[in-house]
Amino acid sequence: MTVARFWRDIPSRYNLYGTRCDSCDKVYFPVRHICPGCRRSSIGRMQRHRLSGKGRVHSFSVVHDAPPHMSSLKPYAVAIVEMDEGVKVTGQLVDVDIGEIDIGMGVEAVLRKIGEEGQDGIIHYGFKFAPRLD
Amino acid sequence: MREVAVIGIGVTQFGELWDHSFRQVGIQAGLEAVYDANLSGSEIDAMYIGNMSSGRFIDQHHIGALIADYSGMASHNVPSTRIEAAGASGSLAFRQGVMAVASGMHDVVVVGGAEKMTDVSDDQSNFILNSAADQQWESMMGATFASLHAMIARRYMHEGYATREQIASVAVKNHLHGAMNPKAQFQRAIKLDAVLRSPIVADPLTMFDCSPISDGAAAVVLCPLEKAYEYTDNPVKVLGTGQASDTLALYQRDDICSFNATKVATRMALEIADVTINDIDLVEVHDDYTISELLALEDMGFFPRGKAGEAVESGETEITGSIPVNTSGGLKARGNPIGATGVAQIVEIVAQLRGDADKRQVKDASVGMAQSIGGTGSTAVISILGAI
Amino acid sequence: MDVGIVSYGAYVPRFRITPTEIGRVWGQDGKAMGKGLYINSKSVPSPDEDVITIATAAARHMMRRVDVDPADIGALYVGSESHPYAVKPTGTVVAEAIEASPELCVADLEFACKAGTAGIQMVMGMVGSGMIRYGIAIGADTSQGAPGDALEYSASAGGAAFLIGREDVIARFNGTLSYTTDTPDFWRREGQPYPSHGGRFTGEPAYFKHVGEAARRMMERMGTTPGDYNHIVLHQPNGKFPQRMASMLGFSNDQVSRGLLTPMIGNTYSGAVPLGLASVLDIAMPGDRILAVAYGSGAGSDAFDLTVTDNIKNYNRAAAVTIDGLMENTKELDYATYAKYRGKILMKG
Repeated sequence: MTVARFWRDIPSRYNLYGTRCDSCDKVYFPVRHICPGCRRSSIGRMQRHRLSGKGRVHSFSVVHDAPPHMSSLKPYAVAIVEMDEGVKVTGQLVDVDIGEIDIGMGVEAVLRKIGEEGQDGIIHYGFKFAPRLD
Repeated sequence: MREVAVIGIGVTQFGELWDHSFRQVGIQAGLEAVYDANLSGSEIDAMYIGNMSSGRFIDQHHIGALIADYSGMASHNVPSTRIEAAGASGSLAFRQGVMAVASGMHDVVVVGGAEKMTDVSDDQSNFILNSAADQQWESMMGATFASLHAMIARRYMHEGYATREQIASVAVKNHLHGAMNPKAQFQRAIKLDAVLRSPIVADPLTMFDCSPISDGAAAVVLCPLEKAYEYTDNPVKVLGTGQASDTLALYQRDDICSFNATKVATRMALEIADVTINDIDLVEVHDDYTISELLALEDMGFFPRGKAGEAVESGETEITGSIPVNTSGGLKARGNPIGATGVAQIVEIVAQLRGDADKRQVKDASVGMAQSIGGTGSTAVISILGAI
Repeated sequence: MDVGIVSYGAYVPRFRITPTEIGRVWGQDGKAMGKGLYINSKSVPSPDEDVITIATAAARHMMRRVDVDPADIGALYVGSESHPYAVKPTGTVVAEAIEASPELCVADLEFACKAGTAGIQMVMGMVGSGMIRYGIAIGADTSQGAPGDALEYSASAGGAAFLIGREDVIARFNGTLSYTTDTPDFWRREGQPYPSHGGRFTGEPAYFKHVGEAARRMMERMGTTPGDYNHIVLHQPNGKFPQRMASMLGFSNDQVSRGLLTPMIGNTYSGAVPLGLASVLDIAMPGDRILAVAYGSGAGSDAFDLTVTDNIKNYNRAAAVTIDGLMENTKELDYATYAKYRGKILMKG
């Protein structure tokens, strides 16, 4: 992946920026330019919206057969998280023992390395989810 | 719109075809279908090729022209088009072919599907398959294609729709069918324990819950029904097709235990075919993972939600059951060369409706259906065919 | 001076390894090593953690505790000797992650283990002069110790961040000074994965001389004696040095203990004094006086004299994890997993 392709998504990768439709108040992640519910009436009314980063595990899997760049993290957990805003997001789960993950578990976004372009390439940072403190 | 018939079918051996190149498998299936339709070749008006990712698997794009060329059609300058919709590429190529004939644009159309997956490493192959999901917001976040289906399976079990054993029984049943298909990648029956105890790929799914990496190709020949008997005495009629899309990413859905695209495409195809789900005698579904078969059977309306697992476990979906599912062995046992898969489903349905399915022949099969999926339910294609 | 700490945040990875386990692999009496160094375990970063993620976690915890508009932050410095990039700043990621971008000054700092406190001094100057309203200084490291080297028993990971300003400060800086000489006790050449050190030379002429001088001069300038302070936070390459240093300066063990984290998490290098200070602020009461002295090899010491203000009573500490919280939910690693996590296994490609 070129640097630019990652760079332009930084607000969403670091801070979970999505959009909120001004017409129906529904929140989307990542950014959408048209609300699938309101379509025409949403054009020009899609607002930048930062998710709280807090949510609950909707489902998860523990990945054993992983790409080579993930080998040091194997097995790692990936989840679909239902955010407090109602929108769902996919991300890895960290700082939790594999056996302790459950559907419904409260999590919050943290910043971690999500990949790198080899030893001499750029490092990609983005959100993962850790158990919620509160 | 004209009625359309399938007048020829061909399919290669599926599996790790080390001595076959992409063009070899593609041509082999195409020639078989053309011979089956008793064509000389010059009758062909157009070609549609389903293929997911030749560009990544063999560094070759522009395979419409490649297949036209190596099938000897370049000198006839036959229009040849490559169709891509990830796992639904083949079935979508079929639908495009059907529409081309139905519209009157073309008379004789060859629809092919092909994928050569073993010319890259398993890691690369998995990486390419991940691109059927949302590359930026699923794959890059660490979700593999298998793990997306594992999350569906986990939630599905959490909702109480099926037990782990019922999900695994899909693999057992499809291997049982594959054992009767000489073209299948795996022709060996397996036990439930083998599925549960095979290495974990993405918990809760194990290796035997996943369709394999395969090479292979399949092809069918279409023409207007009114002209079908000019070529063959056993044409099969295309009763209806349907196609629908959904969000690219799984996480964008309200309900991850059901593919809405399958429901919509099924409704569309049934309406065109003017049949009900109870009229279907057999079905090929997109069991890229065991869980996918259960979703397919429920979304198509064969079973109410939460009942498909029970049905598979009890043998209702075996060849001798009330609704035989994946008599070919499915993606799981027949193999899953992505672009070929959707066309191979049509080949199986046609063989069954003609009564040519040998040991796996479903008795009195007159209406068959195929369901094909791209991504995690992002594209669904349904085809319904009928014996004449 | 009218400048102080407005907020702070800390982060330590959850993984730990014990000296016993390290010694088991290298044929050394790890238990005795641990006892000698007064290190019971050290923190280990996950493979997906580095100084950027640690600094970000600390900075986010810091921001969560106050209602400060990130746009009012005029400077951000990250001090570390393990910045993920040789060229490309750590601070830009952190600034973006807390939405302090774009109108602010960012730079990465390096001065062995005192780069974080050097950042505090720089921000103090900028805030004090009125150049900026708020500034952030972060000390964080994922420090390296060559396999089998004595450093491997201590080199760990963690960091803390400080928001410095003039409004609603929870601790006021009474003064700061630095003591710096050219003393090469510890170094790492460009491109080398592991640092080298002068062995016992790192003690007397290096750590003890610089920390001692800075502390003495600070007290002299402030006109204070050890009895005036509730807490002293000293650089802590191991658990023993700061105890010995404190006693040499006339401080009691009680004054040292709250700011001494190395026995539990090892030497977090640039994170050490910042984390120790965070630990003290976690329990500090209005009026508490704190002396903090960092040390960076090469060599120099930064001393700070602080007084906790009444504002700490209304400060929302509970909005982010405390140091005590970071000592919970830990997970102990065996050496093989540790080696994998730290990239000490030669991988293909």
